[in-house]
Amino acid sequence: MSLFNHTLQELHNKLHAKELSVQELVDQSFQVIAERDERIGAFLTLNEEEARNTARRLDDKLASGQPRGLLFGLPAGIKDNIVTEGLRTTCGSQFLANFNPVYDATVTRKLREADAVTLGKLNMDEFAMGGSNENSSFRPVRNPWDLDRVPGGSSGGSAAAVAAGEAYFTLGSDTGGSIRQPASYCGVVGLKPTYGLVSRFGLVAFASSLDQIGPLTKNVEDSAYVLQAIAGHDHMDSTSANVDIPDYLSALTGDVRGLRIAVPKEYMGEGVDPAVKEKILAALKVLEDLGAVWEEVSLPHTEYAVATYYLLASSEASSNLARFDGVRYGTRADHAGSLIDLYHESRSKGFGPEVKRRIMLGTYALSSGYYDAYYLKAQKARTLIKQDFDNVFENYDIIIGPTAPTTAFKLGSQVDDPLTMYLNDILTIPVSLAGVPAISVPCGLADGLPVGLQIIGKAFDESTVLRVAHAYEQNTEHHKLQPKL
Amino acid sequence: MSSTKYETVIGLEVHVELHTKSKIFCGCSTEFGAPPNTHTCPICLGHPGVLPVLNRQAVDYAMKAAMALNCTIADVSKFDRKNYFYPDSPKAYQISQYDQPIGENGWIDIEVDGQTKRIGITRLHLEEDAGKLTHVDGGFASLVDFNRVGTPLVEIVSEPDISSPEEAKAYLEKLRAIMQYCEVSDVKMEEGSMRCDANISIRPVGQKEFGTRAELKNMNSFRGVQRGLEYEEYRQAEILDDGGKVVQETRRWDEAAGKTLSMRSKEEAHDYRYFPDPDLVRLHIDEAWKERIRATIPELPDARQARYTSEYGLPSYDAGVITSSKPLADFFEDSLNYTKDAKAVSNWIMGDLLGYLNSTGLELPALKITGRGLGEMIGLIEKGTISSKIAKTVFKEMLESGKLPQQIVEEKGLVQISDEGAIKTIVEQVVAANPQSVEDFKAGKQKAIGFLVGQVMKESKGKANPALVNKLLAEILSQ
Repeated sequence: MSLFNHTLQELHNKLHAKELSVQELVDQSFQVIAERDERIGAFLTLNEEEARNTARRLDDKLASGQPRGLLFGLPAGIKDNIVTEGLRTTCGSQFLANFNPVYDATVTRKLREADAVTLGKLNMDEFAMGGSNENSSFRPVRNPWDLDRVPGGSSGGSAAAVAAGEAYFTLGSDTGGSIRQPASYCGVVGLKPTYGLVSRFGLVAFASSLDQIGPLTKNVEDSAYVLQAIAGHDHMDSTSANVDIPDYLSALTGDVRGLRIAVPKEYMGEGVDPAVKEKILAALKVLEDLGAVWEEVSLPHTEYAVATYYLLASSEASSNLARFDGVRYGTRADHAGSLIDLYHESRSKGFGPEVKRRIMLGTYALSSGYYDAYYLKAQKARTLIKQDFDNVFENYDIIIGPTAPTTAFKLGSQVDDPLTMYLNDILTIPVSLAGVPAISVPCGLADGLPVGLQIIGKAFDESTVLRVAHAYEQNTEHHKLQPKL
Repeated sequence: MSSTKYETVIGLEVHVELHTKSKIFCGCSTEFGAPPNTHTCPICLGHPGVLPVLNRQAVDYAMKAAMALNCTIADVSKFDRKNYFYPDSPKAYQISQYDQPIGENGWIDIEVDGQTKRIGITRLHLEEDAGKLTHVDGGFASLVDFNRVGTPLVEIVSEPDISSPEEAKAYLEKLRAIMQYCEVSDVKMEEGSMRCDANISIRPVGQKEFGTRAELKNMNSFRGVQRGLEYEEYRQAEILDDGGKVVQETRRWDEAAGKTLSMRSKEEAHDYRYFPDPDLVRLHIDEAWKERIRATIPELPDARQARYTSEYGLPSYDAGVITSSKPLADFFEDSLNYTKDAKAVSNWIMGDLLGYLNSTGLELPALKITGRGLGEMIGLIEKGTISSKIAKTVFKEMLESGKLPQQIVEEKGLVQISDEGAIKTIVEQVVAANPQSVEDFKAGKQKAIGFLVGQVMKESKGKANPALVNKLLAEILSQ
């Protein structure tokens, strides 16, 4: 049995009892990666030498009885849009195919300070734009449950690496569902924290007002551990919230008696696969049996969420990605005849089609004469969508629905139809626009493919989200299911 | 304008660098003149993943500047991105303020030809500076220095209330003085810490609508601004006189050629796609913050000018000149710690000091002379230790060495001879040696006495007390 089927607490007990070494954990990771990753494609860059050095150093630390960090010895993968000093960071783009950052992201530093071991950098849709990982400009990632299917995206490498047992946990980033949707497709736990809970410093920006880093793990307790290690105010990020960070582990009581659950009818209606809906209803039954109550509610502006998101996220992206101009780093066109040619050729060569599509969309939405009709209107719609959530949370503790309308689809099946592809995020995007936290936890298989249960909480109430997810998980066996590889 | 057919409408956009220690969104130094690209970090270089964090000192300075310009300070202000591609902008956008600037609706008073005129200030906003490009000769390469990128700037936009190049110059000088008094910038046009763009149009006298304007750039000195605007007035008048139409465009002032040249037309103007910067939070400025800044605003040039006329009886013009520069005004006040004769101080400043500064092109802070030096020198004149004539020599020495007057006088033996006996001896010698002049004087030629006084001064190497010389000469000649 893979060591990674143990919980973090179990592994720490084994390490403490000297039944296991960090080097063994890291060895196993690289062994599994060697066996499986050619098929999966989760990793873009391996950090093997450095990881083995770190493992030795941590084993020394263990032997000498020094204090150990919260994530001591755990082999981790980092999504490739989170910068790592001296370790290639591509954002899944040819533009940055040879880019080595000169500094560490705040979360990179926090993982190191928590004594985690960085295995390498994880594949993703280029600049986090996509829901299938087919927009990686290096190679697609394949779903460990069915290699003909996508792992979801944009954190597809982060989800697949955990599902395939290559990494013990990973970090992803979520802008409109990019942690939760791949977690759902790959049958792992993926948490998108409240906007502002985890520092964005060092996360290569896609849409600054939506981007948030979060953990992908095998179980909810581990998710709480990783969140504990990475959450908190950062003076390097002005949008980082200055809030007290609770003890997330102590929230995992298993007690959901009297919990008031809201189930938005918009999340269970047309477009949601009946097999998915069935799993969600079964999960609600589990929570009901544990003493929670649920009622149907409405989030009336849900239908505007996708349009709102694609205007706002693309607008911000068009500006955020403007710095990739070929002047200072990244792809630079050879022999460009003029400054304008340098820009045109570098960007034409460096960016893939989806990135170009969104830059054009965003540039258009911000243009003089169109700003009011698109960007400004979308901002107003965002306010209404956020109010939908505020209204529901006046009477309920938690909102529950599916993470994605379907299970993982086949590679290539939606590539030529971006609008259908965008609809995969229809149930995760409103949450991102509202800025509230949500987790996706496995809730069974439909036709052999994982289905994700989305649990959405109030802003900065990750404790309740984790408590409900944990209570559900501990009363089911879904998270123990393994893909056959 | 030479022609009286047209009237000129000018609005100025002035950028002033705030001299904070560190940049507006990162911790890099803002020091001027360091080797290229040494004051940079991943944040100001726009590396992937970095985020801006606002420098509070820059906000304090911007508020102070806005208050000194009589602006209303916003309760809520925000930052926006101004998107454009150019190698001097590493993020390909400038963080600026679009529709909620720090300050709005201010004014300053200027004086031209003895008339006071109020010029409206539309707004003052905070933004980051760009890097500096150097184009290599031959055009095969351009070099970029990012030391300046991220230096905090305020942009001060005037109302189109300025009616002549002279008024524009007076406005700029007043603006510079106010910024200097507030100590938020060193406002040096030559070093680029103060920069000016202008919008200028002309219209037939009596017409209400504005004419088509040209935006003028690259005027790098006060004189350049005035000359550029004068040229543009002339150019636009010629077009209208010929029955043509002025084209809306951006033009650059070519100092060497003495004319403006077209840079880009209205159609080529950028669409900056402003939108709120999602990396920065809104700025909430409460009353306590405003009060804290208000309390730091010193006495401003207009108030000082008024005080110098009422308290010291200086002519308004002199008071205006002295207060137009904070170092000069501070020098004036420092002198008054050592003498009570404000008028004498003012005269020395207006005459010898400004004369020296104008002829050398130096700025007062570059000189060694101190207010104490001038004050004490005037004291020596009052006491009769030195003559006014000797004082000129002493003053020149103070400009160059910074020594105090007493020391100069002692070292050079410049003490005035006030010993009647000693002077009498010289007077007698001069009278004896110049019988013709004595004759002339006695024949009623008053001018002759001036010659004799001059001879006595010459003989005494300028040290004889002139009053005593006059008195003794008169006595001896009347005998």
